[in-house]
Amino acid sequence: MNLSMKWLSDYVDVGHVTPREFAEAMTMSGSKVEGWEQEGSEIRNVVVGKVAEIVRHPDSDHMFICQIDVGTGENVQIVTGAQNVHAGDFVPAALHDSDLPGGKHIKKGKLRGVESNGMLCSLSELGLTVHDFPYAIEDGIFIIQEPDLKPGQDIQSAIGLDDICVEFEITSNRPDCLSVTGLAREAAITFDRPLNIKAPVIRKTEGDIHSLLGVDVTAPDLCPRYVARMVKNIKIGPSPRWMRERLRASGVRPINNIVDITNYVMLEYGQPMHAFDYKFVDGGKIIVRRAHEGETLETLDGVQRTLTPDMLVIADVKKPSAVAGVMGGEYSGIADDTNTIVFESACFNGSSVRTTAKKLGMRTEASGRFEKQLDPETCIPAVERACELVELLEAGEVVGGMIDVDHSSRQERRIPLEPDWINRFIGIDVPVEEMHRILTRLECKIDGDDVIPPSFRSDLEHKADISEEIARFYGYDKIPVTAIRGVANGKYTPEQKFERSINRILQAQGLYEVSTYSFISPKYYDKINLPADSSYRNCVVISNPLGEDTSVMRTTIVPSMLEVLSRNYNNRNKAAALYEIGNVYIPKSGEPLPEENPMVVMGMYGEEHDFFSLKGIVEMLLEVLGIEGCEFTAKKDHPTFHPGRCAAIRIGGTSLGEIGEIHPTVLENYAVGTRAYVACLDMKAMFQTITPEKGYRPLPKFPASTRDLALLCDDALPVAELQKTIKTAVGAILEEIRLFDVYRGAQVETGKKSVAYNLVLRAADRTLTDEEADAAVKRALKALKSIGAEIRS
Amino acid sequence: MLNALKTIQEQAAQSLAAVSDPKLLEELRVRYLGKKGELTAILKQMGSLSAEERPKVGQLANEVRTAIEQLIDQKAAEIKLAVQQKKLESEHLDVTMPGKAMPLGKAHPLTKVLDEVKEIFLGMGFSIAEGPEVELDYYNFEALNIPKNHPARDTQDTFYISDNVVLRTQTSPVQVRTMEKQKPPIRIIAPGRVYRSDAVDATHSPLFHQIEGLVVDKDVTMADLKGTLEMFVKRLYGEESVVRFRPHHFPFTEPSAELDVQCFSCHGEGCRLCKGEGWIEVLGCGMVHPNVLSICGIDPEEYSGFAFGIGLERIVMRRYNIDDLRLFYENDVRFLDQF
Repeated sequence: MNLSMKWLSDYVDVGHVTPREFAEAMTMSGSKVEGWEQEGSEIRNVVVGKVAEIVRHPDSDHMFICQIDVGTGENVQIVTGAQNVHAGDFVPAALHDSDLPGGKHIKKGKLRGVESNGMLCSLSELGLTVHDFPYAIEDGIFIIQEPDLKPGQDIQSAIGLDDICVEFEITSNRPDCLSVTGLAREAAITFDRPLNIKAPVIRKTEGDIHSLLGVDVTAPDLCPRYVARMVKNIKIGPSPRWMRERLRASGVRPINNIVDITNYVMLEYGQPMHAFDYKFVDGGKIIVRRAHEGETLETLDGVQRTLTPDMLVIADVKKPSAVAGVMGGEYSGIADDTNTIVFESACFNGSSVRTTAKKLGMRTEASGRFEKQLDPETCIPAVERACELVELLEAGEVVGGMIDVDHSSRQERRIPLEPDWINRFIGIDVPVEEMHRILTRLECKIDGDDVIPPSFRSDLEHKADISEEIARFYGYDKIPVTAIRGVANGKYTPEQKFERSINRILQAQGLYEVSTYSFISPKYYDKINLPADSSYRNCVVISNPLGEDTSVMRTTIVPSMLEVLSRNYNNRNKAAALYEIGNVYIPKSGEPLPEENPMVVMGMYGEEHDFFSLKGIVEMLLEVLGIEGCEFTAKKDHPTFHPGRCAAIRIGGTSLGEIGEIHPTVLENYAVGTRAYVACLDMKAMFQTITPEKGYRPLPKFPASTRDLALLCDDALPVAELQKTIKTAVGAILEEIRLFDVYRGAQVETGKKSVAYNLVLRAADRTLTDEEADAAVKRALKALKSIGAEIRS
Repeated sequence: MLNALKTIQEQAAQSLAAVSDPKLLEELRVRYLGKKGELTAILKQMGSLSAEERPKVGQLANEVRTAIEQLIDQKAAEIKLAVQQKKLESEHLDVTMPGKAMPLGKAHPLTKVLDEVKEIFLGMGFSIAEGPEVELDYYNFEALNIPKNHPARDTQDTFYISDNVVLRTQTSPVQVRTMEKQKPPIRIIAPGRVYRSDAVDATHSPLFHQIEGLVVDKDVTMADLKGTLEMFVKRLYGEESVVRFRPHHFPFTEPSAELDVQCFSCHGEGCRLCKGEGWIEVLGCGMVHPNVLSICGIDPEEYSGFAFGIGLERIVMRRYNIDDLRLFYENDVRFLDQF
């Protein structure tokens, strides 16, 4: 909402404060000021000049040399290329060293050898259009035709470019403040000044509307009130300068006197108005009804609209002429030959207007207001104000009488005034009398212990609403600052601590945390090679997505990680090691909401990374988190991963996730030109498999024996098998087993490998003898033989 | 004999003075003090002395031994120091060479600042609550005093899954879920992802993060709200921060406010950073609307509370002067490495 301060001054005098003070005080009382602008502030040293003399430029066939009287007693010579300047004209003269809108700076100079000490300006050079000054022309100097012009006068004051325009952000609960009078009311209380709103007066009427027009509202649920008045003998023309200036300052383009009046009243009273040409009201009857299925209407913007029966139209006996509260029809608008008009001032159902405007994709100034549910009490003052302005502008003759179809149920709202509760709730100590004063100025009635809010304040419903009115005029800044009473114990839950540990451990191992969108494209499932029948493809679908790329909630977090790896690779980062803890969203049949499962995904590429460096990170993560006894088993059939370089990670019967090198086809799909590795772990599953924290284990008192084993076995035999066999065979005295060499090549048979282990053996209660250690090794070798591994000789 | 002893002492002193090699020092020690050394040789002749002379010579011999020992120890220390000195000199490093570090990853800037926010509220006794991102319309809107077709729904362009299921547009539904589950006193924050159908640009993202806060107890006042949030802002931005509470409107709080912090750059004068306003909006807050308490089964006559919502991206962007929201979700390592 843009407010003209000149307009505001009609209703409340706040001339004692600067624009800045005004903005601050209004913001703090609840009407937030986004900014303000002094009109014409970009213009400097531009004055009204009177053309004293004009002659042709001797060396140019299109330029003129003007002697301009700028009130200094000495004429200023200015050269112009315009063809519409004559001696005696008043023109805007930008003198030497002057500023124009858009940062344009004017200095003296020579034009074809003739000195020019400035520039004569056109409308657009002053930041104006012909809508602001309909008598001027677009391509030529602005010949000013205003009363009381004096050479030398600042151009701003001469053409009314001296208003201050304040931009407000009005919250959706206060449609009454989307108007000059509404803001005047707030300003009057904020600055404790009298408010000067008078009822409009119509001086003279002729005839009776009822003999010309009937109004039939067949959908009273969608149109609680419909008020109409008529004006005849319309003289269409531009509206006066003061009205054009105020409209311009409010951001509305002046059109003609009748259209301007409807816009002016909307801005002033907050009530959208509509003017119909009477000659297009077939049968002299306005019917407010639901649209017929498939009915069409060409709206003022020239678009053919197809309507549905949940939409309300303003029609005559034959056809619709407007979508109620949204936009008028093309044919019934005001034109130069309009003779008689109908002013419509109505109240429509807010939700219905909102839905209709949304469906038709046409949010208008009017619909934006109507959807906030306007006050039916404003219909009549608004239409009367429009008629008053018609008389003031001598734009026509007001027809007597008024049609008022009123179905609105205006129940008096009573809200208990509980001063003690309010003081306790806010934490203040405001006397009852002060509360009465504030509420009365807000035009609430106090009746015993009740507050009766005015009809235009439909947002006041509850005693909490009353407390806000008291608080904002008492001053939010004066409310004391206190600490919450009582003790409370703020702490992380075990799951939250677990997640924090994961973050800490992964960062300590060199991984950077990333944050990705939770929605992906369904095509990403193809990109990661998932088969058509993969259960991952069953996902939560957004019905109104921004685009396909963000249209489904992910069921796997792997594509998100691959996107990030790809972006980094293609941004020419040599290496990346990343992780994210993010949700996947798994639909649950029979439930409205999906299951949201946090996953830990790690991804890396770059020279120093390979399968085992990622595996090492995963193993370290699991170890530090206290998840013991995980198994990594080869997984050949995961379509996203390299079939020979992928492992399933499980603990007992629980799957924790998988790890692997990304399949070359998938890498290609993501335009990654190097090997990349990804691991994905289910955080909930991990949390459930933590081994309870162990107690302290005493340091060993007895020495250990070490033995090395060099084994020969089939290359295909996983070392995990060897290790498991050794562990079982050696038993409790095996303190540590470490793989220190794997060899394939010239020294061993093809298809075989040599694997070397270092064993640390120790007994807790005695020094182990060599015989015991050797016996343990023998047991291991015997067991290993049964799985096809022999000692390497 | 006394002279001989003195001569030994002098000779020893002389030869020791010139020594710089630890090996030579050891040789000298053996030569003078060893079992076959010169001093021992003299002491062996003690038997030939008279009873009066013997104690004198003995005493002198001891003195000479002690003196030589001292000289040797002193020399040994000197030599050790000199050797060490030499070694240290030879080991000098170009300390301006780059260090060798274990690779260390970093938290995403959003997490980093969120952790800070969590710590502040944990310190004030808040716990951390969670709720679903795919949410029922009921929790996201209706229970928060925003019925269907309420104009406030327009300001939050919503992603719909179905008529009754949405991607939550705010973390406020966690308020309702918490109040349904837990009796007052309640003191929680609920950080999380929220979704609005805004096309991506430098200041808009269809996904961003909010931190919801809720306090419900007997006699909670708007003054408490001011105290709590003012403390939060001072902890986050520094004790010298100036804040103001300005009236605003949210359907689920009444009275409602927005908290602004005075522009750090211009201190309220108005500059480019604060778009000339002098203040920067930090969060929205208010007293929980009694209707919302009732819907959640809490008697508004007995209890009151306040709630707030903080936009995480906004405070992170301000903290690091980040001017483009997209950077958070592009995750370029050159960006991530800066925090």
